[in-house]
Amino acid sequence: MAISRERLVGVGATSPSVVMLLLWMVVPLGMTIWFSLHRYLLLQPGSYTLVGLENYAYFLQDPAFLNALWNTLVLVGSVLIITVVFGVAIALLLNQPFWGQGIARILAISPFFIMPTASGLIWKNLLMDPNSGFISWAMKSLSLEPIVWFSNWPLLSIILIVAWRWLPFATLILLTALQSLDEEQREAAQMDGARPIPYFLYIILPHLARAITVVVLIEMIFLLVVFAEIFVTTSGGPGSESTNLAFMIYKQALLQFDVGGASAGGVIAVVLANIIAIFLVRLIGKNLDEE
Amino acid sequence: MVNQARWQRVGWGVAAWLVALLMFFPIYWMIMTSFKTEAAAVSTPPSIVPMEPTLQNYETVFEQSDYFRFAWNSVVISLGSTMLGLLVAVPAAWAMAFIPSKRTKPTLLWMLSTKMLPPVGVLVPIYLLFRDWGLLDTLFGLTVVLMLMNLPIIVWMLYTYFREIPKDILESARMEGAGLWQEVVYILLPISLGGIASTVLLNVILAWNESFWSLNLTSSDAAPLTAFIASYTSPEGLFWAKLSAASTLAIAPILILGWFSQKQLVRGMTFGAVK
Repeated sequence: MAISRERLVGVGATSPSVVMLLLWMVVPLGMTIWFSLHRYLLLQPGSYTLVGLENYAYFLQDPAFLNALWNTLVLVGSVLIITVVFGVAIALLLNQPFWGQGIARILAISPFFIMPTASGLIWKNLLMDPNSGFISWAMKSLSLEPIVWFSNWPLLSIILIVAWRWLPFATLILLTALQSLDEEQREAAQMDGARPIPYFLYIILPHLARAITVVVLIEMIFLLVVFAEIFVTTSGGPGSESTNLAFMIYKQALLQFDVGGASAGGVIAVVLANIIAIFLVRLIGKNLDEE
Repeated sequence: MVNQARWQRVGWGVAAWLVALLMFFPIYWMIMTSFKTEAAAVSTPPSIVPMEPTLQNYETVFEQSDYFRFAWNSVVISLGSTMLGLLVAVPAAWAMAFIPSKRTKPTLLWMLSTKMLPPVGVLVPIYLLFRDWGLLDTLFGLTVVLMLMNLPIIVWMLYTYFREIPKDILESARMEGAGLWQEVVYILLPISLGGIASTVLLNVILAWNESFWSLNLTSSDAAPLTAFIASYTSPEGLFWAKLSAASTLAIAPILILGWFSQKQLVRGMTFGAVK
């Protein structure tokens, strides 16, 4: 009797969270799927007809969609490579004892706290402007031709801005993981006179494997839907050179008022995110069991 | 030999500092530019520190734009969504930590998976519902959305903190005749105050910087600082110094909070998978 009462209290305490999240997930997602099967243009009243999978067919054949999908993959892939490779390097650098270590760490992880709209505009103007930007000035001083970032390399520019924000995140996670490397293990390796490179390859890297996986999976979730940085810098252009899936859906919905098409795009984004989510949830679930 | 090792150490220390300064440089540059005149901000060669520092940009930001309204909106949205989230999450995390059942783990993982739902996937219905319900551009609407966005993180973080509390403490209180409410309010919450503070800190930071929903669901009345800064996308004339001043003001409070929350950030963002 006592147990079942306890159970009841448990269910009662958990259910507000569960119900709210369920509503938040199921209702809009159901509506997205429903809209995606319809022709629904906000500016044409009465245009609400069931068209089945036509929106998907249209979306999947549209070169703009393939382009946005490709841009999304390039953006996610490049930022992941940059943040993991440099993240490991910077974490190793910051993990050794040196003068002012605490302050240097704080400086290095600061970019993660900058709101994306501000970082986009600061980079676009103060740093990357082809005439008066700091980078252009630095390149001119080295008698190099300054790069016209956003006209000639729009996607690369976005990648750099996004990577600047997420590199500190990777560094911080990897640094935390490095600190749990057993002191004894480290000393033993030093006693054995382990050379730096084998020490890195056979001790440090395997130790970091789990943290790297977590960084990759979590960053993927956020990088798949990069939006604000594009919104304030290129608006997806020139043309659609820097349009990713998130920005394309936004344009379709709130600028072209094509609810059906945008919803089909939204469903595709959800499916992509879920493929990644499955791996992440499994990894974290395993972690929960180990404890 | 000893000398060589020492120099090597100094060399790596210098390298670490160079990397740290390089990462921080855009922020430094923004702060410096905010104290320059507009003309000095675009002049070449740029000056590393402002030659004639001025507070004029800050004055202009305060006078010409409704800076305090945007800041107030940011405060309301980030604190409001965190507090609402706590209210719902504390009982859930308590039940999961102290009355675990077969369903606890699947429920936790399911909550986590809702966090992975990409916002663009539900942009259209949320926008249309908000339009029909009159919630577009309202503080209440945005606060609720951000609360739901961060609820899984809040539940998870509280759960990991609650789980570290020995069950005996709560049980002995119950033996002494403490009711459920007393058990939570007088024992659980005071013991886990540190953990709750960490949870609040991380969520305030995440909500403060959230830029997808704040850009899409607000226009003027409820626009927080993220949307205010975005309004500098297409200004006329010289605006770099004013942009820098506005950005510095928007970033400063959360940057300082962030410095104090490194550990919580790792715990919250990795759902306890990296410690």
